[in-house]
Amino acid sequence: MKLGAIVMIVILLLLMGAGTVQQATKHANTNTPEAALRSFLDQVRAKHWDEAYSMTQPGAGVDKDAFVKDLGGNNGSLKTISSLQNENTKILRQSSNDADIRAELQWSTAVGALHETRDFKMVNDDGEWRVAWPAAPKSQAVAKALPTTYLRWDVVQRGSAKDEWGVQNVEPPRMRIISMNAIENQGDVVILGEVVNEDTVPGFVAINAILLDKDGNSIAEESSFDKISHTLLPKEISPFRIDFPNRKLAEIKSVRISPTNILVPAAADPVVGVMNQRIEKDQDGKSILRGDLVVQGGQTVNIPHVLATFYDRTGKVIWVSDGYVDRALLPQQAVPFTVNLRDDLAGQVQNYRITVNYYNSNRS
Amino acid sequence: MKILNPRTLLSILVLCCSSAFAQELKVPQTAVDGDGVNIGTTGSGSATLYITGPGTALKRELRRGDTISLTGDEIAYAGRYTAVLKSGSETTAQNFYVVAGKPAKLNFMARPSRVPVAQPNVISGVVFVLDRDDNLVTAPTPVNFQLGVNGSAAASHPVTSKNGVAWIKAASGKQEGAAQFTASIGDVSAKRVVQQVASDPCNLRMKAQPAGSSIEVQTEPIKDCSGNPVPDGTIVTFSETAGAHGRSTVDARVKHGIARATLPANPGATLSVASGVVLGNEIRWGGGQ
Repeated sequence: MKLGAIVMIVILLLLMGAGTVQQATKHANTNTPEAALRSFLDQVRAKHWDEAYSMTQPGAGVDKDAFVKDLGGNNGSLKTISSLQNENTKILRQSSNDADIRAELQWSTAVGALHETRDFKMVNDDGEWRVAWPAAPKSQAVAKALPTTYLRWDVVQRGSAKDEWGVQNVEPPRMRIISMNAIENQGDVVILGEVVNEDTVPGFVAINAILLDKDGNSIAEESSFDKISHTLLPKEISPFRIDFPNRKLAEIKSVRISPTNILVPAAADPVVGVMNQRIEKDQDGKSILRGDLVVQGGQTVNIPHVLATFYDRTGKVIWVSDGYVDRALLPQQAVPFTVNLRDDLAGQVQNYRITVNYYNSNRS
Repeated sequence: MKILNPRTLLSILVLCCSSAFAQELKVPQTAVDGDGVNIGTTGSGSATLYITGPGTALKRELRRGDTISLTGDEIAYAGRYTAVLKSGSETTAQNFYVVAGKPAKLNFMARPSRVPVAQPNVISGVVFVLDRDDNLVTAPTPVNFQLGVNGSAAASHPVTSKNGVAWIKAASGKQEGAAQFTASIGDVSAKRVVQQVASDPCNLRMKAQPAGSSIEVQTEPIKDCSGNPVPDGTIVTFSETAGAHGRSTVDARVKHGIARATLPANPGATLSVASGVVLGNEIRWGGGQ
């Protein structure tokens, strides 16, 4: 008897708790468009896709799966391994029936923060504000067979120390730094330049730099990290940028650059074209370089990484900028990208060159 | 007759004995590696012969007057040897030298393993001349270096070794392929392979044709200035500059000797092609070339 009462009380408490949660979900603040959007983004942050989808007014052809792919990414893109960190919203226009809100979204990813500006259309649905979710633009690409040769290099090393004296394994590829420039930017010293693979085999390259003071002592050491395309095919050129925070050029006598290059296996595919490149101003008036990425072959690129090299009128590298694209590249489908350009340099830029590095989940 | 006093007699005996020991050990001044050496002794009675040298320590019991033969294997290392004969409390010692034998082995170091064609002084070859027991043959010896790709005549470079080492700096040939780099002395030789690869592209040319709403650009077979096809995988950059449409670029890879890419079809666009630091031709799309 006593046990039955306890069980009843526990069940009652559980039901009350569930009811409270359900009530809380149901009563997410949707009284104003901005509050509704914030509630929606809270669900996105928690990756509660069902709840987030329930707060939308889906457009034609949008189902939950399409909604999740649109917002949470797909095809192994950077978005699929990121989470919403912060948002800033700003009402652009509002009426009693609908509103336009611009949201500055900051996603946290393994490669650093990813910033996204997204305009949301809010609609008043019987007193509840919802996020109008249109269908994602469909690709105009026509399905066709694309040749993929899977050209690749594998490295076969000689075996044991029993080999005859004087014989050797294949040498690392010849890499050459073809330009270098040291500048000061916002309290940091930045080393910029370009490296080329002059050989006929692919190689992995990393650039390390050591700053030396007037007595020849080392005062700082950094590497190019991800501001370089590490795997270079024959005759491929990559920019590199090495940042030394809180340093001044005046305290530096010289810079010692040491490239590390090794022979690595590599594949020639996929080839990514960079179309319609142009320098423009964004909605905030900042200089950006934008364009579209298109995979020329039949493979998918999971995480594209764009590296832009900017030159002055003498051909000197004056800045290297990079940016990750949060969408995967599917064959023949254009995906837009933007890369920041320092506003103080925009007037000096006479030429630029874009290279695309990429990370694939099945890359070996 | 005057009899010598005992003290004088003892001095004479010591001198005689010393003189006798100096004659007791007969060694050649030099011996050649592999040939062995004979060491002669004089006198009578038992004795012990010790031989020390580079990496060598030998001991032989003998009767004075015997001749001891050491085989080539027992004195395999070139250098200074010491023979010590000990008989009772008396010892005597002689030095002799073993010099390297005839060349039997070449240690050959060739660098680099991969080199562009038609480049001066890019291949280096160093040979250490050794005898059968790995002793450095320091006597001047003619070494013949040969470098050639299969199917073409090998270039010959005779060099005389100096202090056991001979070396050359050679130009790469004009034909790509696995070059056989050989060093030889008589019938003794050592071989290395130097991969000669195509150099930078030469006379890079492309053509363009419409492909739906795009332009398909394709190079002619890409070769270096010696006529060797550049290896597959080499990057060729196609660019299109089209005014308001901005610029489009594709870093294509050479496959089966040619590179191709697809660019947007913008009337009036200028198409160009480059590989590394080599520029190719330009095409104006919608106008004449």
